[in-house]
Amino acid sequence: MSDSMRSVSGVSRREFLKGSGAAAAATAVVGAPLVAPAEEVAGLVRGSEEVTLTVNGKKHRVRIEPRTTLLEVLRYQLGLTGAKPVSTDGCCGGSTVLLEGKPVSAATTLALDCVGKQITTVEGLGAKDDVVQAFVHQDAMQCGFCTPGFVVAVKAFLKKHPNATEEEVRQGLNGNLCRCGTYVNVIRAVLEAVKGANHG
Amino acid sequence: MAKLDWPEQGKASLLGKRHDRIDGVAKASGAAKYAYDILEDNMVLARVLGCPHAHCRVKSIDVKPALKVPGVVAAEALKKPGDEIQWQGDLVAVVAGETEGAVAEGLAAIKVQYEVLEPFAKDDDLEAAQKAKRTRRAGQSTKLENEPGDEVEDEEAWEEEELRRLFKQCDVVVEGEYGIPVITHMCLEPHGSTCVWQGDKLIAHLSTQNVSGTAGQFAGPLGIPATDVTIHCDFIGGGFGSKFAADVWGVTAARLAKKLGRPVKLMLDRDLELKNAGTRPSGFIKVKVGADRNGVVKVWDSHHWGTNGIGGGVVSQGVIPYVFDPPNRRRRATGIRVNAAPARAWRAPNHPQGAVLSQCAYDDIARALGIDSYEVFLRNLPSVSNGKAEVYREQMEIAARLMDWKAKWHPHGKGPRDGLVVTGLGMAIHTWGGAAHNSTAELKIHPDGSVEISLGSQDLGTGTRTVIALVVAETLGLKPDQVKVNIGWSTYPPSGPSGGSTTVGGVSESSRRAATAALNQLLERVAAKLGVPADRLEAKAGRIQDSQNPKTSVSWKEACSLLGMNPLVAKGEYRRGRTKTNLSSSQVAGVQMAEVAVDTETGVVRMKKFVAVQDMGLIINRKTAESQVLGAAIMGIAYALFEERILDPQTGVFLNAELSDYLLPRLGDVGEIVVHLYEPPSEYQRGVVGLGEPPVISPGAAISNAVCNALGVRVPRLPLTPKRVLDALAKAQG
Repeated sequence: MSDSMRSVSGVSRREFLKGSGAAAAATAVVGAPLVAPAEEVAGLVRGSEEVTLTVNGKKHRVRIEPRTTLLEVLRYQLGLTGAKPVSTDGCCGGSTVLLEGKPVSAATTLALDCVGKQITTVEGLGAKDDVVQAFVHQDAMQCGFCTPGFVVAVKAFLKKHPNATEEEVRQGLNGNLCRCGTYVNVIRAVLEAVKGANHG
Repeated sequence: MAKLDWPEQGKASLLGKRHDRIDGVAKASGAAKYAYDILEDNMVLARVLGCPHAHCRVKSIDVKPALKVPGVVAAEALKKPGDEIQWQGDLVAVVAGETEGAVAEGLAAIKVQYEVLEPFAKDDDLEAAQKAKRTRRAGQSTKLENEPGDEVEDEEAWEEEELRRLFKQCDVVVEGEYGIPVITHMCLEPHGSTCVWQGDKLIAHLSTQNVSGTAGQFAGPLGIPATDVTIHCDFIGGGFGSKFAADVWGVTAARLAKKLGRPVKLMLDRDLELKNAGTRPSGFIKVKVGADRNGVVKVWDSHHWGTNGIGGGVVSQGVIPYVFDPPNRRRRATGIRVNAAPARAWRAPNHPQGAVLSQCAYDDIARALGIDSYEVFLRNLPSVSNGKAEVYREQMEIAARLMDWKAKWHPHGKGPRDGLVVTGLGMAIHTWGGAAHNSTAELKIHPDGSVEISLGSQDLGTGTRTVIALVVAETLGLKPDQVKVNIGWSTYPPSGPSGGSTTVGGVSESSRRAATAALNQLLERVAAKLGVPADRLEAKAGRIQDSQNPKTSVSWKEACSLLGMNPLVAKGEYRRGRTKTNLSSSQVAGVQMAEVAVDTETGVVRMKKFVAVQDMGLIINRKTAESQVLGAAIMGIAYALFEERILDPQTGVFLNAELSDYLLPRLGDVGEIVVHLYEPPSEYQRGVVGLGEPPVISPGAAISNAVCNALGVRVPRLPLTPKRVLDALAKAQG
């Protein structure tokens, strides 16, 4: 049991999480509820708790259930709508945020698992961020719905590969999906960010 | 006086250059608010329940168990007992609640009983469809150089005989079958809205391509006047032709919000989005083409079929054969009714299918004759139906140079092998209208010099705001960031829906007209002050100056201070077909070439290089125009190699209605893409023509032809998946 979990007052982690697997599945298949029959879900997910989440360096008290996703908390309790709900299985990267500096899909991450960890959303990068700026210069966006997720994924990618080559970019950023077809300009944006970092 | 016409080519200070989009930072930094992102106090979340069967009748619906779920605030049936359901995912019930979890649990608690009926889902199987009585005739037309004599009684029999005679005269006759399946729109922001009532007035924050035209679609079903409905959409997460309507789920959200007295957010889930909210019709064709020894097509005879869902429509016969119009042709079309939701307009409706179903056959003529595909396309240009043979010829030359076609070309199936990998080239050509839509803009110049323009348009991702800012800034001699652009609200003067590549033309028309009219009013004031006739004044680089003596001038700010207390207001209006214009035009051509590598052991096709040459009249923003073409090429690679809606042929169940199962290309899948915007003086002079649709038309045919060139074997159906490639190779080897 992690220390952070003890802050869930009066409920042991085991009890609180009882059934959260099924509950998470229910959340993940919103709209296709046949996968998780009601009788399996009912009674297992009751109760909510206040916990503290650290988002973009600030602590926030939020109320969550075991089944609550990080994405739901970010969007509906903290008003941070940069991470987008695109897929329920995390395969598109639309809801990418950094958890302890690593990219995760907020849509498939339980809020409970983020207690005590540093969460960074696209809003935490800000308008002046070099990756944000490179995306604008290279027009690496059209409708823009996938763009914040891409920006955060690129941020994490560049941390690991600060001198990435075009080939590495083409191989390393396949977790994010774009329907408008901005990939070519995303590649250019990443390479611009690499260059910018190298040359001051 | 300021002239309405565009500046001469090369003389514009802003138009045609590369500009960052003015809302780029908002989009990239997460600040842009989409319908999905609108947050309202006391808002509830709503979701809908989809029917699990492709064809059934509702026996009973019990939503009461949902109401017992903590956090659920409303649950309603959207169907009643006895209702027949015609596709899997059709909306059966809606649940609203405080959290996503409560809503999901509520939906799971709803009890629905169905009587399952026989579905039909085989849109590619004409025989099965005929047997199941699921077909309907969708037109037939014949064009022959010879006409039957007066003595001919049975015209159809005569035509049959004439076609046989014509085919006999040909040096080569190719018979082929080609296909392109149903695909979805897959907007990353699903359809939906956040609906808020203020007293008796509704504000629908709607994900829409149609800001000015949707209020009535809410008002009618809700029984309120359209004056009481406001539509708002600052940003839309993809539309591609599927988001013109309020839709049942939009009206449902509005109704629930009224009933609950709370704002309601209802967005479709991914699977219901794919099952309900937009597909492109399929097309399958059996075709016989006859040509002379040079590859010039003399006669075409085809029958195509496919589906647009339960309505039983099919790809228009008007696009068969596509662009090329040989002297003799017969075409027939049959629609198939399958248990699937009605199709919606998908970027360049009919054309991508037309290109695949026609130009693969043209390429097979090249294969049969063993001559260069480029030559076959070139020699058939005299038959193009849009009068653009010369434009195509020039575009083909440019494309071939960018592709290095001549050096890379080899006859079909006869290229060098790198181990198990073979490479190939393919091309296709396309056409599109893209005339400007109706648009009205209101421009205000405030006495402090600030400028704003308002119109009920929307930005699909094209960069509409930036286009408007550039046009106004160019006209007034300002910088783009000095223009405040107001779009996205239905309260602004109406502008057309963004469909069919009509928006940039439409908003450029109205913005240029409004800005020119406003400027001319301002010039009158300045003329009085400077003692220079207004027709000698011009707006340039932030000043109003005497064109004959630029030192006689006032700053923009000073000029505007002459307005007194009130802002100057001017309207710009464009009505398609009624407003005389030199600002916009229609009809474009485009040529695309693909180079692929195919692994003959695994069947995997990789994009090596893709070249797109495209005209679009006058370019407003070169940077975003290029992005349109790049994006279209990638969307084309998607339907050529990856995506397809898969219905279970027995049950009609949509098997891949999640993003992880519905394959789309990723960043590493697209290869090198080269865009050439074709803008010689002859094109520039035509003014603005829409660009969104045309470049998405050719990729399917071009890539299929490239794979055929690599293998020497036609993979008849898109997408060209590894299995289809291997099947085609196996079949060819007998």
